[in-house]
Amino acid sequence: MSKKVLEILTAQFPGAVLETHSQFGDDTAVLDPAVWRDAALFLRNDPRTRMNMFVDLTAVDYLWRGDVPRFEVVCHLRSLEKNHRIRIKARVGDEEGNGAEIDSVVSVWKGADWFERECYDLLGIVFRGHPDLRRILMYPEFVGHPLRKDYPADRIQPLIPFREVPNIGKLPPFGPDEGMAFGRQTHDFARLDPGTGPSLESTGGDEAANNGKPQGIGVGALQERS
Amino acid sequence: MEPLDRDLDEASLDLPSEPMLLNMGPSHPAMHGTVRIVLELSGETINKADVQIGYLHRGFEKMCERGTWTQVFPYVDRLNYVSPMLNNVGFALAVEKMLGVTVPERCQYYRVILGELARICDHMICSGAMAMELGAFTPFLYLCRAREIFWEIFEEETGARLTHSFGRVGGMARPPTPDFKAMVRVGLARVLTLISDAEKLILKNRIFLDRLDGIGRMSQEDALALGWTGVVLRATGVPYDVRRANPYMVYDRFEFDVPVGTRGDNYDRFMCRQEEIRQAARIIEQALDQMPDEGPINIDDPRIVLPPKEEVYTTIEATIQHFKIVMEGIKVPAGECYSYTEAGNGELGFYLVSDGSGTPYRVRIRPPCFATTQGLSQLITGLMIPDVVPTFGSLNMIGGECDH
Repeated sequence: MSKKVLEILTAQFPGAVLETHSQFGDDTAVLDPAVWRDAALFLRNDPRTRMNMFVDLTAVDYLWRGDVPRFEVVCHLRSLEKNHRIRIKARVGDEEGNGAEIDSVVSVWKGADWFERECYDLLGIVFRGHPDLRRILMYPEFVGHPLRKDYPADRIQPLIPFREVPNIGKLPPFGPDEGMAFGRQTHDFARLDPGTGPSLESTGGDEAANNGKPQGIGVGALQERS
Repeated sequence: MEPLDRDLDEASLDLPSEPMLLNMGPSHPAMHGTVRIVLELSGETINKADVQIGYLHRGFEKMCERGTWTQVFPYVDRLNYVSPMLNNVGFALAVEKMLGVTVPERCQYYRVILGELARICDHMICSGAMAMELGAFTPFLYLCRAREIFWEIFEEETGARLTHSFGRVGGMARPPTPDFKAMVRVGLARVLTLISDAEKLILKNRIFLDRLDGIGRMSQEDALALGWTGVVLRATGVPYDVRRANPYMVYDRFEFDVPVGTRGDNYDRFMCRQEEIRQAARIIEQALDQMPDEGPINIDDPRIVLPPKEEVYTTIEATIQHFKIVMEGIKVPAGECYSYTEAGNGELGFYLVSDGSGTPYRVRIRPPCFATTQGLSQLITGLMIPDVVPTFGSLNMIGGECDH
């Protein structure tokens, strides 16, 4: 059915389609990560393919299989008019999981936004050009990427302190850039740029405001609250 | 009477002109307890909305990598916990696709009927909850009463009311009870009556209609690019239904219509859901007529299906077979596959990677809600706070599925 799509794709990107197969009836093309976004754009726009439905984007960690590159970014697409599907994949990252970077396809299908965030959150794959790449299912202070094969399922995460909010006596359990402040506050977003504003990790700096009490995890934060 | 602000200079009033941030959820009755929306407001108009999910994340995909293929079924029950049977069937079909087996015809009809019952439950609860959040409490009670009728059927068939874990690779956990068809026929008629009664309560209510009509509109192109499927996509006018476009099981043997909307607003989504309930009822009636009364439910393959209990206790072959399947799991051939079915909210996909052992290497679920919910911020930007409630309700976000 969509065998033809694979042929069109191979003809369009000679040398960049590393392999194709149709296991269990799912047509699959493994692409060179360098052409990832171009191929996505081509699949969407070409009248013969017309992949206008974004279905799914995820990644698989092949650490246990010993693959290098370690990750496989997998994207499923469908065409509404032609009723055909294709799966495109690209392999990224070394054994340590470093350099797992690939171009974002949010500009091609905006539905990829959350899927790429999820993929970044759970597998630590960085999507270049993503408008808002932050964690989505996990909280910002989470350490590691849980769906990687070298992340043990029973690992215990460190306790996190209450997030700090400047100029407020109380410590609300949400970050400085979100939620409603206690009392009227001016939310100056420009001031909270990373680097210039108070970072979540900083434990010092406001010693005077806290009378030199240790800040951070545990007793200090709790006393501060009560 | 002279104006009170006569002495006041316009500028000295010092009205707050900066946008206000409002935190909606996760502990908000209309957010279903699992979603938080940070709204940036200008007056009552929403300038910007940041939808934050993840409050119900339980590591579904990670957990699946620890057990056997069969042990995934209780987890998929808890994905879309409003229609667990559709998830069960979807996952069973995905594994069967990799194994290259097809279940007997009687089982396929059985799966269709149970699945469509679950779909009706799903749509009823969505519509009921949406009406309740808009202040109409009575329809919700009517529809809960209707769901109870189906849950009794499920309890009779599976032993559980909500989390059945009833699907199995290569069949179902048990064959249908002798009274199955009669129960469904009687129950379906009662449910359809209750649904019409509930509809009569709200569909002529001016308040209800005004809060749906024209609110939360989505264009076809955007819906497709966002990955919307199911009712929310069909409400924009795209007649895409997996049961029709890529029929699985025996869906190609039934006559049913795919209801579509025209404008993709809350009203269209609500009405499409109501119509889909009736189409599901049509499918059930046809399936009941066509379903054979005799015949096997499970495939005849000792490597996949557990032997009958009495044989396990009396013969050594069946004992070994039982042991192998329980301890080692079903051996699924190495490779990868993507299988998709039409669940309550749209295309429920499973992307499975097997390394040939009895444990899944990777189970990826493509939850329909996830794609739907990411369109929420686009839908509500520019609307007012009270519009968030019906818009969010009409998307039918199910936390368990959206947050994995």
